[in-house]
Amino acid sequence: MANGIVLDFEKPIVELEKRILEMREFASGGSVELNSEIESLERKLEKLTREIYSNLSRWQRVQLARHPKRPYTNDYIEHMTEGFIELHGDRGFADDKAVVCGPAMFHGRKVMIVGQQKARDTKSKLYRNFGMMHPEGYRKAMRMMKLAEKFSLPVLIFIDTPGAYPGIAAEERGQAEAIAFNIKEMARLRVPIIISIIGEGASGGALGIGVGDVILMMENSWYSVISPEGCAAILWRDAAMAPQAAEALKLTAPDLIELGVIDRILPEPPGGAHRDHKGAAEILAAAIDEHLMAIMEMTTDEMLSKRLDKFRNMGVYYHD
Amino acid sequence: MVEWFRKSKQGLISQTRKDIPEGLWTKCPECGEIIYVKELEKNLNTCSHCDYHFKFATTEYIKLLFDDGLYEEHDAGLISGDPLQFKDSKKYTDRIKAAQKKTGQNDAVISGYAKIDGREVSFAMMDFSFIGGSMGSVVGEKIARSIERATMRKIPLIILSCSGGARMQEGILSLMQMAKTSALLAEYDKVRAPYISILTNPTTAGVMASYASLGDVIIAEPKALLGFAGQRVIKQTIGADLPPGFQSSEFFMEHGFLDKIVHRRDLKRVVSQLISHFT
Ligand SMILES: [Zn+2]
Repeated sequence: MANGIVLDFEKPIVELEKRILEMREFASGGSVELNSEIESLERKLEKLTREIYSNLSRWQRVQLARHPKRPYTNDYIEHMTEGFIELHGDRGFADDKAVVCGPAMFHGRKVMIVGQQKARDTKSKLYRNFGMMHPEGYRKAMRMMKLAEKFSLPVLIFIDTPGAYPGIAAEERGQAEAIAFNIKEMARLRVPIIISIIGEGASGGALGIGVGDVILMMENSWYSVISPEGCAAILWRDAAMAPQAAEALKLTAPDLIELGVIDRILPEPPGGAHRDHKGAAEILAAAIDEHLMAIMEMTTDEMLSKRLDKFRNMGVYYHD
Repeated sequence: MVEWFRKSKQGLISQTRKDIPEGLWTKCPECGEIIYVKELEKNLNTCSHCDYHFKFATTEYIKLLFDDGLYEEHDAGLISGDPLQFKDSKKYTDRIKAAQKKTGQNDAVISGYAKIDGREVSFAMMDFSFIGGSMGSVVGEKIARSIERATMRKIPLIILSCSGGARMQEGILSLMQMAKTSALLAEYDKVRAPYISILTNPTTAGVMASYASLGDVIIAEPKALLGFAGQRVIKQTIGADLPPGFQSSEFFMEHGFLDKIVHRRDLKRVVSQLISHFT
């Protein structure tokens, strides 16, 4: 990685990359010996990257999902759509900047985009409220989905939030009602909805825009009922136990496939989506396009009944 | 029909007493008044000085709300799996077993059919004494089936909530119960029978952010704790104390998210009238 934060487990990769870069500078003279040395190091790098990334712990994946260089909703919009026009406000109270919405062209098709938006520098993070929505955010998202329904536009949702905002004003304006309302309305929205979990999917804050026909998940993202820190604070009474909580919660994409909650895991470019935004966007866009085409073959009623069945069947219990 | 019903088990009445401190007297946590326990029970576990509502067992609610305290129970045999093989200081399966032993129930909901002033309803009642009334797959499934029964018979739906939220030990699957139940409520809308959501102390987080908030009419007992986020988390986030009365029934009503606050002694009358107005 060229700049910015390096996670602990990324360090051997970054160091090797640095060495290769240095040697390339020396080798500009054209030394054959050096060139073959570089080639061998590059092979080693490839192998090392593969090794490290195929053995990530759940907690390491959580860290990747939170990587400050990770592509955010606006990066995906930039790389996979054209003509996006952001529309603002819930027409009731305010414009929640933690969620970005608007129509765009996607693979030659008109769509509506709704996505939680994080940011990289302090000022922008505050502006986006770290991707934590208020009730007016959920209501803005629903307003845009209703608009999509009116004009028969499929809805593309991008989930990336550490949770719905836990504050006094959020409670005063009905955080619980806003989320509940969205969940119910999304279950019967008469246009296709494709959910893509691109980073963090924390609890009701994610589910408040998380009901749809297909749920896709980037390889290094997480989705659960609570954040590892929140779970650790409650069950272990110590937020520092978050790595253990992450293991216990089974919150990674492979876990969620096994639990029957998501439809598909999307492999990220080598070393993670943060190393190649464009590559990550291409992978996700191809999958969205494929699923969208399949859904559009169905009648609306078929689509809705499949959507209901999908969530109706989630859960594990037995009869004594 | 009557022979299908069974009386709520007399043996479970002791459950009510367990939630009230032992002894002849108890202190109201709201107003500090010392109350004679017999007096408290006579007042349906409410404080006669300030109307604070103490915990009330599901068996007591059944007697309070349903004609002759009769009901036909459904899905009592559903038992939680352990999809995550979850373990913190204790194994999840051990927590479940302990809660089953303590409550005599398989999970945190009793559901089925009953009658309110002669009208058949589909009901579900959450039991806080079972792992804090938390919602895992069994709670979600039992609520879902209650909604489906109401939809099938086109009859009123009564859900009495009492829960700290989703059950962490079932991870993402507990979150998905919010989607399952809310999606089925969208189906129930089609039959145009009333869903009355009754909120009791406490109803928060995942339960509040799904079916509890989706009633055609939402009523709450006085001074219940209602909300989305936990108070400790909010305090930590904003770095300040919370205003008095924050996340109470009265706060909820003031901000427009509650139709009515109803004292326990009036609960059956109000629910019954509402059903009659919307049937
Ligand atoms: Zn009192």
